[in-house]
Amino acid sequence: MDWPTIISILAATLRFATPLLLACLAGLYSERAGVFDIGLEGKMLFAAFFAAAVAAVTGNMWLGLLAGLGASLSTAMVQGVAAITLKGNQIIAGVAINMLAVGLTTFLGQSWFRQGGRTPPLPQGGRFLPIQLPFAAEIGQIPYIGPLYANVLSGHSIFVYLAFLAVPITAYVLYRTRFGLRLRAVGENPKAVDTAGIAVNLMRYKAVVVTGLLCGLAGAYFSIAQGSGFGNNMTAGKGYIALAALIFAKWKPYPAMFACLLFGFLDALQIRLQGVAMPVIGQVPVQAIQALPYVLTVILLAGFIGKAVGPKAGGVPYTKER
Amino acid sequence: MNFSILSRLSAGAALGLLMTGTALADPGLIYDLGGKFDKSFNEAAYNGAERWKAATGGNYLDFEITDGAQREQALRRMVSQGANPIVVMSFNWGSVLPVLADEYPDVKFVVIDSVVEKPNVRSVVFDEHTGSFLVGALAALKSETGKYGFVGGMDVPLIHKFYCGYAQGVKAVRADAEVYENYTGTTPDAWNNPTVAGELAKAAYDRGAEVVFAAAGGSGLGVIQAAQDNNKFAIGVDSNQNHIAPGFVLTSMEKRVDVAVETAFTDGPDLETGLQVLGLAENGVGYSVDDNNRSLLTDEMIAQVEDYKAKIIAGEITVHNYETDSQCPL
Repeated sequence: MDWPTIISILAATLRFATPLLLACLAGLYSERAGVFDIGLEGKMLFAAFFAAAVAAVTGNMWLGLLAGLGASLSTAMVQGVAAITLKGNQIIAGVAINMLAVGLTTFLGQSWFRQGGRTPPLPQGGRFLPIQLPFAAEIGQIPYIGPLYANVLSGHSIFVYLAFLAVPITAYVLYRTRFGLRLRAVGENPKAVDTAGIAVNLMRYKAVVVTGLLCGLAGAYFSIAQGSGFGNNMTAGKGYIALAALIFAKWKPYPAMFACLLFGFLDALQIRLQGVAMPVIGQVPVQAIQALPYVLTVILLAGFIGKAVGPKAGGVPYTKER
Repeated sequence: MNFSILSRLSAGAALGLLMTGTALADPGLIYDLGGKFDKSFNEAAYNGAERWKAATGGNYLDFEITDGAQREQALRRMVSQGANPIVVMSFNWGSVLPVLADEYPDVKFVVIDSVVEKPNVRSVVFDEHTGSFLVGALAALKSETGKYGFVGGMDVPLIHKFYCGYAQGVKAVRADAEVYENYTGTTPDAWNNPTVAGELAKAAYDRGAEVVFAAAGGSGLGVIQAAQDNNKFAIGVDSNQNHIAPGFVLTSMEKRVDVAVETAFTDGPDLETGLQVLGLAENGVGYSVDDNNRSLLTDEMIAQVEDYKAKIIAGEITVHNYETDSQCPL
């Protein structure tokens, strides 16, 4: 494997890790506040669909993004009402959202655009294009190190940079602000927080709003940045992989980033390894390579992370004592 | 919205009226996974059916399966609705169709892309290898990098046949060329995964290819998008896809599924059964040239490809068919 190949794998890693990371951080906020969120996938799918639909019709990527955020946020609120106010089962609320999203996006897509549930390809200006960082061309000339900057760090859409920027921000919010302290407390021991005079459910709603917005970004990335238009079930289970990454990272922001990078790397590697002869073993069958990310997921989750204990009050709706 | 519901209701009512009559011999069409509007294989069938409808004013029944398990149910339902002949798409009917063909000997079936030897079945297969050879030659004439990409859909023998023809075409022009062979997946989802197909194409472009041939149904749209993003070329498949991104689709390996469907509909319930092989000579496969890609091709390139085409038809060049021995000697 030569240097340009490695560079191209690393760049693809960032592209694949971005939606995972956004979704993973989304899950982190809500789960740290004690609301388990299986519905990341569904929220992303809604966001992807509405972002692409609006961007395709208006030709404006910002309106598309807004629509994606709005769709994800309103889905999150529905889920929030079910899981927080009505004290429904959080897992079931999430699963319901996922099933609804797969069916409803295809149905709406078909009745609006008549292209089998797809949206039309986005027109000029409907899509977030790669951004070249300053001096990318000049620095790219430096052998070996240059391409790292010019081709790996530079040349991604704004979502990629936002996702990685969200990691230190999340860490700061979670561990250095009053909001973060309360958020974590609500997920660990809501009764104590309640006694201190803080509204538990309001805190949880705030967390769910952040989750909705981050899922909205992740979904919009699929359809109006990485791809151009919505395709049926285009998130393809990434919401579940993000959940796996969250558990793998033990609900912490920096480990979450590394977990998502690892999963992204496996995805990228899988694509680059196809049809390439490896040293010693020769060409590996495509099936084996495509199974690689999943096999490693199982191995990592089962064997390497040790005990992953989630927030103590996770999954339990809070009931004030009467 | 209201109008479309109304029109659908009235269509349903009309259908109901028709079905109360005696035998309804409208033809039927069952699309395969990937969907009716995949801008490729299934859409070609749809276009053929629509052309027949426009020409004859007749009606046809159609159905989109969303899951492989629906095949038998969908076909039985179509038979019970009185459709005849019934056209089914793709190579995935090998296990279902023979059984149902025996069960309903009075109904004529047409299967596209697969061979089913039953007295009431017409099997239509295409010489994809020769059409792919021509687009491969065109790719090699266009790009001088010596590196060429191929992104297949599901990893099945039929798609290897596309690859093998394409690679032979490339090497006919540049003997030392390298062709990167990739597939989006091993399950039927592979026909509808433009994200992965796009990444595979990008990987090929990063490795120095300038042209990537997408034989991947709906996933091929990802390859065309990647070509546009990276300012390189894609080659479309099945339908003429040149219009999807004018200037970035070098040509399309057209497989005239539309003609096969239209012919079957026109032949009606009395169609001749047996095996039909549509190749270059029958214009069943070929490469497309239109306003969207004419400026990308020079007259010399077209002349050269036409020369290959004539030689293949005359038998002077034999293009190896992967499906005969599951091997691709290059």
